[in-house]
Amino acid sequence: MDHSVTNDYFISPATEKRIREIASRYRKEPHQLMNILLDIQRETSNSFPHSVAALVSRITKIPEADLYGFVSFYAMFSTKPRGKYVVRMCHSAPCHVCGAQGVMDAISKTLGIRPGETSKDGKFTLEYCQCLGVCEFAPAIMVNDTVYRNLTPGRAATLMEDYQRGDME
Amino acid sequence: MLTETRIVLRNMDKIDPVSIMDYKKRGGYQPLRKALAMKPQDVIDQMKLSGLRGRGGAGFPVWKKWSITSAAPGDKKYVICNADEGEPGTNKDRVILSGDPNSVFEGMAIAAYAVGAEKGYLYLRREYPYITPILEKTLENARGEGCLGSNIMGSQFSFEIEVVSGGGAYVCGEETALIESIEGRRGEPRFKPPYPGVQGLYGKPTVVNNVETLANIPVIIERGGKWFSEIGVPNCTGTKVFTLCGNITQKGVFEYPMGTNLKDIYETHGGVKDNFDLRGFMLGGQSGNLINAGQIDLPMDIDSCQQAESVLGTGTIMVIDDRHDILDIVENIMTFFIEESCGKCTPCREGNIRIYEILRRISSGQGRMEDLTLLEDLASTMNVACLCGLGQNSSVAVITSLHNFPDVYLKAIERGQRA
Ligand SMILES: Cc1cc2nc3c(=O)[nH]c(=O)nc-3n(C[C@H](O)[C@H](O)[C@H](O)COP(=O)(O)O)c2cc1C
Ligand code: SF4
Ligand code: FES
Repeated sequence: MDHSVTNDYFISPATEKRIREIASRYRKEPHQLMNILLDIQRETSNSFPHSVAALVSRITKIPEADLYGFVSFYAMFSTKPRGKYVVRMCHSAPCHVCGAQGVMDAISKTLGIRPGETSKDGKFTLEYCQCLGVCEFAPAIMVNDTVYRNLTPGRAATLMEDYQRGDME
Repeated sequence: MLTETRIVLRNMDKIDPVSIMDYKKRGGYQPLRKALAMKPQDVIDQMKLSGLRGRGGAGFPVWKKWSITSAAPGDKKYVICNADEGEPGTNKDRVILSGDPNSVFEGMAIAAYAVGAEKGYLYLRREYPYITPILEKTLENARGEGCLGSNIMGSQFSFEIEVVSGGGAYVCGEETALIESIEGRRGEPRFKPPYPGVQGLYGKPTVVNNVETLANIPVIIERGGKWFSEIGVPNCTGTKVFTLCGNITQKGVFEYPMGTNLKDIYETHGGVKDNFDLRGFMLGGQSGNLINAGQIDLPMDIDSCQQAESVLGTGTIMVIDDRHDILDIVENIMTFFIEESCGKCTPCREGNIRIYEILRRISSGQGRMEDLTLLEDLASTMNVACLCGLGQNSSVAVITSLHNFPDVYLKAIERGQRA
C-alpha cells in the first residue's frame, strides 16, 4: 500500500466533466462508492491523486479524508500516477510453483522497468499482485481488465511487445 | 479412476449461462416455486435435514445461520453472496458464477425467503471484472421472467439482487470486512459478536453465504434434505468443488463427494506433471496445511481433515513437485499475508513480518535451533491475539511445514552452523 500524496496531477476540463458525470451517480448509497471511484480512476490515468480526491469530495460531500482512506486501502487504487496499462503479475503460491518468476523477468526485461515502476513514456506500470483466481491456467497476469493465462517467458515477452506497438487497442 | 458427482456443477457447459430458458429447461426456478409454497421454517428444516455446511471455509451449518437471522428482530434483513474468492488456489466460485449464475441467484432467493429478506448483494472480487456483464445480464433476464424482483412468480415475496464490486483486498472475504466494504469504507474486520446474522449490513440481520453454498440450495429443495444427506460422509454431507492447481497434470475445478480420498483425486488427475516426484500438498488455501507425500491417504471432508491436523478450507489442492523447496513456498505464503494484512491489529501487522524474517534467517543459513521454538510461540500468540481469521491462521503453513517437513528446517540450520 502506498501512502504518498501527489498534488501535481492536472485535471483537464474534459476530464473534470467526466469525473463530474460519474461522481453525480453517487446517490448517498454507500455500496455504489467502489464502482464509482473505480470508474473515475479509469479517467485519471489509472490513479487517484490528491487533486482528484478533492474534486470528488466536493461533488459527493464525502470528506476527503474518508475518500483517501478508502482508496489507499484497496489494491486496485493507486495514489501515485500509473501508466495507461497496469500490468499485474500474480505471485501467489500456485503461480509461483508454475514459473511466475520467469514470466515476471521476461516482462520486466521487455518493458525495461522493475516491479513498482512506470515506464518513462507513461505507458506501462508493472506490479506484483495476488491470486487472480485462474490458478488452473497459471502463471497468469492481468493488464487493466484483461487476464492472460498459461504464460511462458516467451509468450509474455511477445504479448508485451504487442502492447508496446499498440496492437492491443 | 474417480468420476465426478456433479450437484453444484450440474449445469456446467450444458446451458447458456445467462439464459433463463436454458436454466428452466434443466429444472431451474422450480425449487424457488416449491420453496415459496412452503413455510419459511420448513425451508430451514430441509437445510437441517440436508446437513449442508458452509463452503466458504469455516463449515458452519447453513440451517443454524439462517435460523439466527430468521429469529433476529429487524425491519429489514439482507442476504449477501460472498463472491470475493481471494484464496490463492481457489477458482471454483469463478467457474460457478460464469457457468451457472442462476443457480446462485436462486439460492440467494430461497435464503431470502427463509429468513425474511427483500434485498441481496453479491460482492464480486475486482479480479473478475469479466463476470460482471454475465451477472448483470442474467439478473435482467431473471427479472424479465418474474423469477426475481417484485412479487416473484405471482407470490407476495419480492427480492432484488445487486452486484457490488470489491477493490482487491483478500481480507474483504471475511464477512464483517466485506460488510464494511459494501458500506463504503475500508474493509477492516469488525469485532464479533455481534455476528452479522444478528447485526450485519447497516446494522440489520444479514445472512452471508459463499457462492458454492448457495448453488447447492436449489437442489436440496428440489430433491429434499434427506437425499442430500446421503451423499458424502455423516456430518459432512454433499459434495465439494475442489480446485486442483500447482504441479499436477490435469489442473482445474472438479466436484467429488465429501470424504473422497486425496490419493484418488491425485491419481485420477494424472499425478505430478512431467515425471517429477511428488513433494507434498498445500491444502485448503494459504492458511491451510502443507503435508508431505507420505500423508496422501486423507479423506477430504471437514472433520477428517481436522482430525489429521489439516483443513479442507476452500477445497484447494495445490500439488508441489520435488523441484520446489518447501521453505521457499512457506516464505511466499508469508509474503501473501504481509501484503494482505489490513493492519488493524498489531499481532497480525507485526507478527507476519517477524515470522517472515525468521524464515529468511533460517533459509539463508543464519538460523538457530531456538528459531523453531520462536516460530511456534509466535504462531500460537497470533492464533489467540489476532482479531480475524487472517492473522489467526496465517502461520498454519509455517507450523505444519515444521511438523511435516522437519528435515527441511533442520538441514538449513545445520548447514548454517557448519559454515
Ligand atoms: C481472511 C478471510 C478471508 C475469507 N475469504 C472468503 C472468501 O473469499 N469467500 C467466502 O465465501 N468466504 C470467505 N471467508 C469466510 C467468511 O468470513 C464467511 O465465513 C463465509 O462467507 C460464510 O459463508 P458459508 O457459511 O456459506 O461458508 C473468509 C474468512 C476470512 C477470515
Ligand atoms: S488479524 Fe490481520 S487482517 Fe484480521 S483484523 Fe487483525 S490486522 Fe486485520
Ligand atoms: S495463483 Fe496466480 S492466478 Fe491463482
